[in-house]
Amino acid sequence: MTRLLPLLCFILSFNVLAELRATGDLGIVIEREKGNALIVNTTKHTQLAKIEKLGDLSHASVVFSRDERYAFIFGRDGGLSKIDLLQDKLNKRIIQAGNSIGGAISQDGKLIAVSNYEPGGVKVFSSDTLELVADIPAVYGEGKRSKVVGLVDAPGQRFVFSLFDAGEIWLLDLKNPKTPAIKKFLNTGKQPYDAVIAEGRYYIAGLFGESGLALLDLWNPEAGVKRVLPDYVKDDEKLPVYKMPHLEGWAVAGDYLFVPAIGKHEVWIIDKRQWKLIKTIPVLGQPVFVMARPDARQIWVNFAFPDNNQVQIIDANELSLAKTLAPGKAVLHMEFTPRGEQVWLAIRDDNRLAVYDTETLEEIARLPADKPNGIFFSARAHKTGL
Amino acid sequence: MEKLLLLMLFSSAGFASEPSAERQNTLRNMLTNDCGACHGLTLKGGMGPALLPDTLAGKPDEFLAATILDGRKGTAMPPWRQFISHEEALWLIGILRKPES
Repeated sequence: MTRLLPLLCFILSFNVLAELRATGDLGIVIEREKGNALIVNTTKHTQLAKIEKLGDLSHASVVFSRDERYAFIFGRDGGLSKIDLLQDKLNKRIIQAGNSIGGAISQDGKLIAVSNYEPGGVKVFSSDTLELVADIPAVYGEGKRSKVVGLVDAPGQRFVFSLFDAGEIWLLDLKNPKTPAIKKFLNTGKQPYDAVIAEGRYYIAGLFGESGLALLDLWNPEAGVKRVLPDYVKDDEKLPVYKMPHLEGWAVAGDYLFVPAIGKHEVWIIDKRQWKLIKTIPVLGQPVFVMARPDARQIWVNFAFPDNNQVQIIDANELSLAKTLAPGKAVLHMEFTPRGEQVWLAIRDDNRLAVYDTETLEEIARLPADKPNGIFFSARAHKTGL
Repeated sequence: MEKLLLLMLFSSAGFASEPSAERQNTLRNMLTNDCGACHGLTLKGGMGPALLPDTLAGKPDEFLAATILDGRKGTAMPPWRQFISHEEALWLIGILRKPES
């Protein structure tokens, strides 16, 4: 028996090994109409699993637990789904609101915050159990409730978000989750439509209702919210916007920020030492995502309807357009591999994903997906604001 | 006979305002994807309001058609006139009022 034991151990460990799966090169792809999440492997360009029936994912976003085992999917219908990437299954799913737009995970990975349109506010859940930890109604004026947009995590167990209807920015401190501390910044600009956090320090909200951006420096919140680029786009010059830009992928390259203009077919380059516009780059449509390759040498831009069959690439060294690609019909989202040698594109109307080599700018792989609208890789787990 | 002719004219006019089958597909695709981006895949609303039969009840066709074609100032609703004709807007409103049809 004692002789057999090592052999037995060996066989057992072999069995376990055969089932082991690392998650650092995995990702989630959203199928918007079917309401499915695909688990994909970014090294092998394969689909590993399909998790079905996650509700209305016509607008969806995903964050990852810090151990990269779980993906949390925020659906349009207020659904919050926790997916186990190791076991290819739904771990838990709740409907936490009537209509929601996105979410974030806290610095320590223990809290999941969701931004809701209906009822307007932020709800915070335990990432472990999805039990409610805090409920922050976005009340303004005389008891009105605002849609919440641009929710991001910030260092110090904080979340920052914007109130679309109220034109306010709130800084939520959850060091003690039972007694949330809220600092409100009022009159920060009309109709903030989305926001981003750059370098864990600058919270920047794009404004739809007036010109410019609202900037909060989290190293110096006492200074309040400042307006950047006021009066840059005159009202009568504004072009129609068929899809709101998404700021999550806002690109930082050195001292420069690359920003989607709204109502103008331009990408703005802002010097963040002075928060001044230093250059505008004309592009072929209303930019939606303006995303930097992880080394920030390239900036990839996709567009709103009716220009969403093309993608443009800006050279961050030359500060000019380098290339225009036509990947397929309705390119809705882009996601770089963790170190940026490849980028994945969600091409909705062609029902597929395309993988491009970012050096040659050639397509190197295709994967089928039903009306894909979002791609999220697990490396986001360790990035503030993603 | 004259009445019949008139009737035929009317019914053919009614028929002509219906988009072609191919165009109907394109319009339905626009409804789920482009309209749905703000109003939700299930049209229960998002950045834009819900477009369910109940929410549209009491709002005249022409008011809704003007909103689709010219947008709504001060909101995120853009004008779609460049992509959709007046007849197509009315057809889309019909679909919204009777989603099962």
